Amino acid sequence: MANHSEFPLWEVFIRSHGGLNHKHAGSLHAADAQMALEHARDVYTRRMEGVSIWVVPSAAITASDPADTDPFFEPAKDKIYRHPTFYDIPEGLKHM
Amino acid sequence: MSTQVSLEERFQARIDAEQKIEPKDWMPEAYRKTLIRQISQHAHSEVVGMLPEGNWITRAPSLRRKVALLAKVQDEAGHGLYLYSAAETLGISREELYNELLSGKAKYSSIFNYPTLTWADMGAVGWLVDGAAIMNQVALCKCSYGPYARAMVRVCKEESFHQRQGFEILLTLSKGTPEQRAMCQDAINRWWWPSMMMFGPNDSDSPHSAQSMRWKIKRYSNDTLRQKFVDMAAEQIRVLNMTLPDPDLRWNEERGHYDFGPIDWNEFNEVLKGNGPCNRERLAARRKAWEEGAWVREAAMAHAAKRQQQSVQSH
Repeated sequence: MANHSEFPLWEVFIRSHGGLNHKHAGSLHAADAQMALEHARDVYTRRMEGVSIWVVPSAAITASDPADTDPFFEPAKDKIYRHPTFYDIPEGLKHM
Repeated sequence: MSTQVSLEERFQARIDAEQKIEPKDWMPEAYRKTLIRQISQHAHSEVVGMLPEGNWITRAPSLRRKVALLAKVQDEAGHGLYLYSAAETLGISREELYNELLSGKAKYSSIFNYPTLTWADMGAVGWLVDGAAIMNQVALCKCSYGPYARAMVRVCKEESFHQRQGFEILLTLSKGTPEQRAMCQDAINRWWWPSMMMFGPNDSDSPHSAQSMRWKIKRYSNDTLRQKFVDMAAEQIRVLNMTLPDPDLRWNEERGHYDFGPIDWNEFNEVLKGNGPCNRERLAARRKAWEEGAWVREAAMAHAAKRQQQSVQSH
């Protein structure tokens, strides 16, 4: 019997219904992409949670380092002028 | 033949039922081609659209204005990226898309072939050009092609500050010296009609519109969106105490809309053909940026190869 810990890890993304993005749902082990898709269906969409599934080898994902979160995202922190509320618009001005 | 017909019927039935079409779904070739053309033109417009505003970044009158303008131009680069990516889901490569722009084969919005002559143009572009673009883009959030619709949702969210920053610039000028007021009115005068043309030809002269409406790529006709834009701007101009350069502009009680004068479609067609004030300059600038950026792309690839080699050696 195969040792399941030797199956590679896959990340599962589910589109909950038509028109929406695929969102990360979780992960699972499977021998290949086809098995990963079928297992993802059986594990993550038992209650009709999705209309489409993506599986991606976990090893193919490059993630930002949690230890670097602050400096990594720091450049956007002080740029309040990227938000509409930064600008003064007279009251009563419609459709903007 | 009958299979083809039934495929197309099923496709249209899905559209009629407001279902989104996704990259792996079957779609008629003409639907795919129409979307590639439209989304890539839209992407090119974002990228070329950085030029008229980039022109004023170093000359912005204050740091506040400068960071806002910089943020807006950065957004436009990002929006170009979202749109190119959406087009790529239809089976065309980024390189092909970009080559079509640089070779002059692809079109982009004619508005970006007009020059930005004074600082007030930054206000008028934000208020009118972005205002017209947002009106188009809000409608596209409900487009039948999933990746395009989702890109538009993101773009509209990010663009919500673009029009406001433009209006703020004009409002400040409108309360300024007589020279500043004149500059404000002059910019509005020059950008009004080209902005009106952004919605495209009249419905009666827009041969592809009917099919795009059936496919729900377009949700509203050119003339419907243009009227909405006029109704909005005709009210907002009062807050600025300025005028729109249209002697025929007046409220029509019966229609519940503003009437407006005829558009010079001859000018529109000339600009589309390449004879606008800045067509050559814009394409030359894009080509120059592409060519002069070649060493950066090569260096990035060389650096990536070197890092890969190092990680292989260390394992």
